[in-house]
Amino acid sequence: MDENQLAGYADKNQLPPPSERIPAIRWLKQNLFSSWFNAILTIVSTALIMTIVFGLLRWALEARWEVIPANLKLLLVGTYPVEHLWRVWAVVYLVAFLLGFSSGAHGGLMRRVSTTAALVSVVLAVLPFPWGTRGWLLGIAVAAAAGFGLGYLGKGIRWCKRLEIASWILSFPISLIFLNGVGGILPVIKGRTMWGFMLNLIGAVVGIGLSFPVGVLLALGRRSRLPAIRLVCTAYIEIIRGVPLISLLFMASIMLQLLLPASVRPDLLIRAMLTITAFSAAYMAENVRGGLQAIPQGQYEAAYAVGLNRALTTILIILPQALRIVIPAIVGQFIALFMDTTLFGFIAILELLNITRSIMGNLEWRGTIFELYVFIGIVFWILCYSMSYVSRRIEKTLGVGER
Amino acid sequence: MLSKKVSSSHSVPFWRDVRVLRVMGQVVFLVIIAAGILWLLNNLQVNLRACGLRISFNFLRNTAGFPISEGLRYNPTDVHGYAFWVGIVNTIRISLIGIALTTIIGTVVGIARLSSNWLVKKLAGLYVEVVRNIPLLVQLFFWYFAVMLTALPMVKNSIRLPGSIYLTRRGVYLPWITLAESFGTWAWYIIGGLVVAIAVYVFRRIQLKRAERPGFPIIWAGTILILILGAGWFLTPGNPLALTIPVLKRFNFEGGLWLSTSFTSLLIGLSVYTGAFIAEIVRAGILAISRGQTEAARAVGLKKAHVLRLVVLPQALRVIIPPLASQYLNLTKNSSLAILIGYYDLMNVGTTIFNQTGRAVEMIMLIMASYLTMSLLTSLLMNYYNRRMKLVER
Amino acid sequence: MTNDEGIIIYRDVHKWYGDFHVLRGITFTMQKGEVVVICGPSGSGKSTCIRTINRLEEHQRGQIIVDGIELTNDLRNIEAIRREVGIVFQQFNLFPHLTALQNVSLAPFWVLKMRKSKAEEAAMKLLERVGIPEQAQKYPAQLSGGQQQRVAIARALAMTPKIMLFDEPTSALDPEMIKEVLDVMRNLARSGMTMIVITHEMGFAREVADRIIFFDYGQLVEENTPEEFFHNPKHERTKLFLSQILDY
Repeated sequence: MDENQLAGYADKNQLPPPSERIPAIRWLKQNLFSSWFNAILTIVSTALIMTIVFGLLRWALEARWEVIPANLKLLLVGTYPVEHLWRVWAVVYLVAFLLGFSSGAHGGLMRRVSTTAALVSVVLAVLPFPWGTRGWLLGIAVAAAAGFGLGYLGKGIRWCKRLEIASWILSFPISLIFLNGVGGILPVIKGRTMWGFMLNLIGAVVGIGLSFPVGVLLALGRRSRLPAIRLVCTAYIEIIRGVPLISLLFMASIMLQLLLPASVRPDLLIRAMLTITAFSAAYMAENVRGGLQAIPQGQYEAAYAVGLNRALTTILIILPQALRIVIPAIVGQFIALFMDTTLFGFIAILELLNITRSIMGNLEWRGTIFELYVFIGIVFWILCYSMSYVSRRIEKTLGVGER
Repeated sequence: MLSKKVSSSHSVPFWRDVRVLRVMGQVVFLVIIAAGILWLLNNLQVNLRACGLRISFNFLRNTAGFPISEGLRYNPTDVHGYAFWVGIVNTIRISLIGIALTTIIGTVVGIARLSSNWLVKKLAGLYVEVVRNIPLLVQLFFWYFAVMLTALPMVKNSIRLPGSIYLTRRGVYLPWITLAESFGTWAWYIIGGLVVAIAVYVFRRIQLKRAERPGFPIIWAGTILILILGAGWFLTPGNPLALTIPVLKRFNFEGGLWLSTSFTSLLIGLSVYTGAFIAEIVRAGILAISRGQTEAARAVGLKKAHVLRLVVLPQALRVIIPPLASQYLNLTKNSSLAILIGYYDLMNVGTTIFNQTGRAVEMIMLIMASYLTMSLLTSLLMNYYNRRMKLVER
Repeated sequence: MTNDEGIIIYRDVHKWYGDFHVLRGITFTMQKGEVVVICGPSGSGKSTCIRTINRLEEHQRGQIIVDGIELTNDLRNIEAIRREVGIVFQQFNLFPHLTALQNVSLAPFWVLKMRKSKAEEAAMKLLERVGIPEQAQKYPAQLSGGQQQRVAIARALAMTPKIMLFDEPTSALDPEMIKEVLDVMRNLARSGMTMIVITHEMGFAREVADRIIFFDYGQLVEENTPEEFFHNPKHERTKLFLSQILDY
C-alpha cells in the first residue's frame, strides 16, 4: 500500500520532456547558415553533391546494366552447375529457417533481422527475374516463416534452446558438405575454386568459425601465468599481426606444400581457408584478450574461493562474461574478414572480384568495367553496412561499458 | 614472487606440488611446440632435397634481369638483393606519402563530422560509411582499372588541372622543385640558420625557465630561421631552387614529376580508405576532450592558445596517437596489395624474384622479415611514446 | 594430527609484496566455533592475512595449518582447504551472468558433484536462511547491495565450509543495508560457525566476537577479549586507533 502510494506520487510529478518543434527556416539557419563560413561551406558542399549526384545519374542511366543480370549466376556462384543449383538454395533455406526459428524463440533484434531478410527476398521476387528464380526467392520467406512458427511454439521449452544452438553449429559443416557433395550420396562438384561470390561468404564463415576456438585458446595462452606458454602465444599473435594477409596467402600458395609430407597435398581452397583461419585467429585472440582484461580480478578470486579449479573458472565464470563483451568486436572482425576474402584472387581463386575479370575479358562485355566494380561495391557495402548496423545495435542492447 | 624460504616441513609428492606442475606444464608445452616445428622443418628438408634445393641466400648476388620502372636508380643488370632493396624503398615511399595524405584527409573529414553545418556533417558521415564498408582491393581495382586505365584520356588529350597538373592514362604529371646550381651556396644559409635557430630556442627556453614564465620559444626560433633563409635567398646569385613544369613533347611529357598509374591509384586508394578510419579516430579524440576541461582551463585564466597547447592537445593526442599508429601500420601492410596493380613494392619484387629463382622459403622469409621489422619499429616507438605519456600523467 | 591444538594455526607467517613486508611474523591460533574480529587501519595487512588462509595469497615463510592440513604447494591440500574455507568479499564478487540461485548452486554442482536438483534445493534453502528466497531468479545487477552480499554469504555457505572468512563485508554497503548483512552474520555465529571477520563495525565486534585482534604495520599488536579490548586496551597503538574510530 505504502509503496503504491509512493509510486503514484512519483508518477504524478513526472512531466514529459518539453517537445520542441523547430520551424524549417530556423532549422536551416541553425544548421546551415549560422555564420558566413558555414554558409560558404553549405554552398560548396551543395555544389559538390550536385556534381556527384548528376554525374552518377547521367552515368547510371547510360550504363550497360544488362551485364549484371546476364552474368548474375556466374558472379554469385561461378561455375556451380545449374542442375545442382538447388543445393545452394537449400543451404539458403536452411539459414533462413534457422534465422526464423531463432527470431521466433527470442524476438528483439533477431526478429528484426529475420523479418528484414524475409522482406528483402519478397522484394527481390517482385523484380524481373526469371519465374523460376522468383519462386526460389519466395521460398526464402516461406522458410523463414516456417522457422518462426516453430520457434515461437517451442519458446519456453528447455530442449528447444539446446536444439537451436546445436542446429546453428551443425548447419555450417552440413552446408559445406552439401555444397561440395559426398562421395556416393551426392555427386561431388568439380572446380570448387571457381564459385564466385559464394566463396567470399564461405571463406568468411569458415574463417571466423574455425578461428574462434583457436583465437580463444591463444588469448588465454597470452594471459597465462606460465611464461613459456605466454611467450609462444604472444609471438604467434604478433608475427601474424605484423605481416600482411597477402604475404601469408603467398606462403600458402608456394610454401605450404613444402612444409607438409608429400602424401598430404591440400587443394588451393583448403589452403586458402587454413591461411585465413591462421590469420584471423591472431586478431580474434586480441579481441578476446580485450574481453578477458575487462573481467575484474575479484571474479577469479570468488571462483577459486568456492573451490573451482582454473579450468572450470575459465569455462564457467570468465569466458561467458568475456565473450559477451566482445561480440561486437567479433562481428567487426567478421566484416573485415569477409572483405579480405577478395584477396583470394591473388592465389588464382575465382571469387567475386576475380571472376569479373573473365567477364571483362569477354568481347561482348567490353567497357563494362565500371558497372561491374560498382556492382561488387554495392553488394559488399549492403552486407557489411547492415552487419555493422546490427553489431552496433547489439552493443547497445548489451550495454557494453556499463557493468 | 618465489618464496624466500620454503615453508613446508614435510615433503610434497612432486606430482602434486604446484611449483613442479607449473614447470612441467611449460616443459610439455614447449616440447610439443618444438616437435611440431621440427616435423615441419624435417618435411621441408625432405621436400627440398627431392627438388634438389638447399636453403641459401647466395642467389641474392645473382643478376636480377627484370626491370623495375620506378623508385631508386636501378638496372636489370643489378643483383637480386639490390632489386629487393629497391622494393623495400618503394614500400616505404608509398607508405610515407600515403600516411601524409591520409592524415590530411582523415583530419579534415574527422573535423567535418563534428561540424555545426548539417550538410557537411552528413557528407563526411557518408564518406566514412561508404569507404569503410567496401573492400580495399575493390577500391584499388576501381581506381586503377576503371579510373586510371579506362576513364582517363591518352597523353595527347590529357586533362589539365590548374597549376599545370596533367592527368593521363600514363600517370600524373606535376610541377616539381629541383635543385639549381646555386643551391650549394644557399645550403650554407640553411645550415647556419638551423644552428642559430636552435641556439635561440635553447637560450629562450632557459631564459623563460629562469624567469619562471610561460612562452613559445619555438615561434622565436622559427621566425629567425625564416628570416635567415629569406636573406640567403636574396643574397645568393640566381635562384637556388628551380621549378620544372611538365611540357607535352611529341610522345610524352617532359620535366616535372611523373607519378605512375600504379603509384597514383595505390596512393589514392590507400589514403581514401585509411582516411575513413583516421577520421573516426580524430573525431573520437576531439570528443574525448570534455568541454568541462577546456572551460576549467579557461576559467583559470589561460589564453586560448595556451588552453589548446597545454590542456586540450596533450589529452587529445593521448587518445589519438596509439590507434593512429596502428592505422599507419595498416596502411603500410595494405600497400602490399600493390602487387595486384603493378606497383613495384617489396611484395611485388619479392614474388618476381621468386618466380625467377624458385627460392620460395628464402623469399618468404625476406618478405616477412621486412614487414615484421616495420611493425616492430612502430611498436617500439609506440611503447616509448606510451611510457613518456605515463610519466607526464604522473 | 594437530586438530586438538586449534582449527587454524598461524605460526610466524611472513609475506612480501616485492620489497614491501606486508605480514611480519603473525602468530595466532583459533579454536573451533570461535568468532574472531580483526581490526586495524587500512594497509595493516589484515586483509592479506585472511586471504592467505584459503591461499588467495601465498605466504612465503612460516606455517599455516587449517583443520589439520598444512598449506603448502601441494595441489590437493590447496583444493581441500578451499572447500573447507568460505570467504565473503567487500565487493561481493557475485558472478554477474548467473542468477542468485545459480551463483549459489554452481560450486556444489561442479565441485561437490551434487545432482543438479539437489544442488538447487540446497541453494534455495540457503537463500531462505539469508532471507531472500524470492530473489532466487534475479541477476546480481537487479539486487541491492545488501541482497547481493547475502547471496554471496549463501554462495560461500553452499560448500558447507568449516570456517567462514569475512573481508570487510559491509564496507561497500549503503548504511541502511548494513544491518541486514550483520544480522545474517550474527545468526551464523550463533549457529556455531568458526568465523574470522574483518570489520570496522565495533558494535558488532563487541556483541559477537569471542576475541578481537588488532593489526598494525603487518604485525599483530594486540589480542584480547572484546570487554578488555574496548575498555582496557593493553597497547598505546590500540588506544590511538580506538580513539580515532570511536569518536568520529
